Amino acid sequence: MKTSIAIAVSMVAAPATAGTVTVTIPRINVAEYHVPYVAVWIEPKAGGPARTLAVWYDVDKRGNEPGTKWLADLRTWWRKGGRSLNLPADGVSGATRAPGAHRIAIPANVKPGEYTLFVEAAREEGGRELVSVPLSIPARAGKASGKTELGAVTVTAR
Amino acid sequence: MIRKSLLFTAAACGLAMPAFAHNAWLLPSTTVLSDTQQSVTVDAGASTAPFEANHAPVNVEGIKVWAPDGSMGTAENAARSRYRSTFDVKIDKPGTWRIGMENNGVSGSFKVDGQPWMVGRRRGPPPGAPGAGGSGAGGPGAGGPGASGAAAGNPGGRPRIDPSRVVASVEEIPANATDLDLTETMSRNEFFVTAGEPSDTLFKPTGKGLEFVPVTMPTDLVSNEPAQFRFLVDGQPAKGLEVEVIPGGRRYRESDGTQKLTTDDQGVLTVNWPMAGMYWLNASLTDTKPGNPKAARRRMGYTATLEVLAP
Repeated sequence: MKTSIAIAVSMVAAPATAGTVTVTIPRINVAEYHVPYVAVWIEPKAGGPARTLAVWYDVDKRGNEPGTKWLADLRTWWRKGGRSLNLPADGVSGATRAPGAHRIAIPANVKPGEYTLFVEAAREEGGRELVSVPLSIPARAGKASGKTELGAVTVTAR
Repeated sequence: MIRKSLLFTAAACGLAMPAFAHNAWLLPSTTVLSDTQQSVTVDAGASTAPFEANHAPVNVEGIKVWAPDGSMGTAENAARSRYRSTFDVKIDKPGTWRIGMENNGVSGSFKVDGQPWMVGRRRGPPPGAPGAGGSGAGGPGAGGPGASGAAAGNPGGRPRIDPSRVVASVEEIPANATDLDLTETMSRNEFFVTAGEPSDTLFKPTGKGLEFVPVTMPTDLVSNEPAQFRFLVDGQPAKGLEVEVIPGGRRYRESDGTQKLTTDDQGVLTVNWPMAGMYWLNASLTDTKPGNPKAARRRMGYTATLEVLAP
């Protein structure tokens, strides 16, 4: 359900985006691997509210310890904007992703200007990492890389 | 300095503590929650270094829970262990909570017919008295046969007072009392928890005593960002107030890491955090403006446990 929405959004919106962010979740060779919670957001360089582009968490987990319980472990995102987001959020939140490269469209209604793109990942039985990349809208190519919980984070114009 | 300020905190809190006071601290399991279905579990102890449970538990019967909507919550599952007490608080409403102990009282000495008496001395009632371990002090006549032993075990250079010459409150001071030397104490020891978005509904100053008013939300602290807190005395900026900030984990370091800081002209304290972790913040102030007309001075104390996250 969520996945189909996400796919629909990316297919339809692809031509109208302000750029694309590709987030790589590295394959980590440990005995007990859990896919990470990941948040992707932008903040205006001059200051201003954060805008979440994507948050991947255990959407389906319910009960005593629902998947939302651990969202605060994405502690920078949580403080910058995660806690004011109503979840699930259409086109923003989704299930956790497997290791590999994942594309996120930057919405076309992001105003031109200078931003910083942040990607934060937190993994059960693992670590947490925050990666940032300067971002201009309209997007120009940019690249950064995590060391532990995140791989390459790239920005492309389309 | 710490010892001095805590001596009064301990006495004022009615904490069942040994004669020589240590720092009382509250250590919450977390301060940031993403929903309203969780609890924080809290350790409460007294020791020389904050958060190291190696000396005495704190009496948590007087714990107060201020919920963000102005209602009072409750502490649950209270237990007293050898070196620390524990309790839980259900964080079932969104916003910022204050949880801790508040103590107001008058203590000191006076004379009746030349004999020294005391007010509000709370070393616990003598053995066998009802309510042992509670916050009530032994009233007049509480001293039984065996009570002198308790009074004798009172180091610290204070005069030894016959337990039968102790009154619990200022109202019980006899009319013929002379040489009143009374101190009003007002203190608070607390921590903060935020579920979801923070709120500042509980930070409106009352205008009474020493108050902590955050400029930076106390559950939004990050080690690479300086934090600012305003201190007020009776609603006015507490200029030049000395505040101590001590990080936890002292036994893993050479130094205790104490920062002795001072508020500016607006009563604002700026704190730079050397690292992420739990911090114990303490300020105390004595002036001559007690609310109770019989008291000569007023001692105010404020203690907070603050969690600082890594960026």
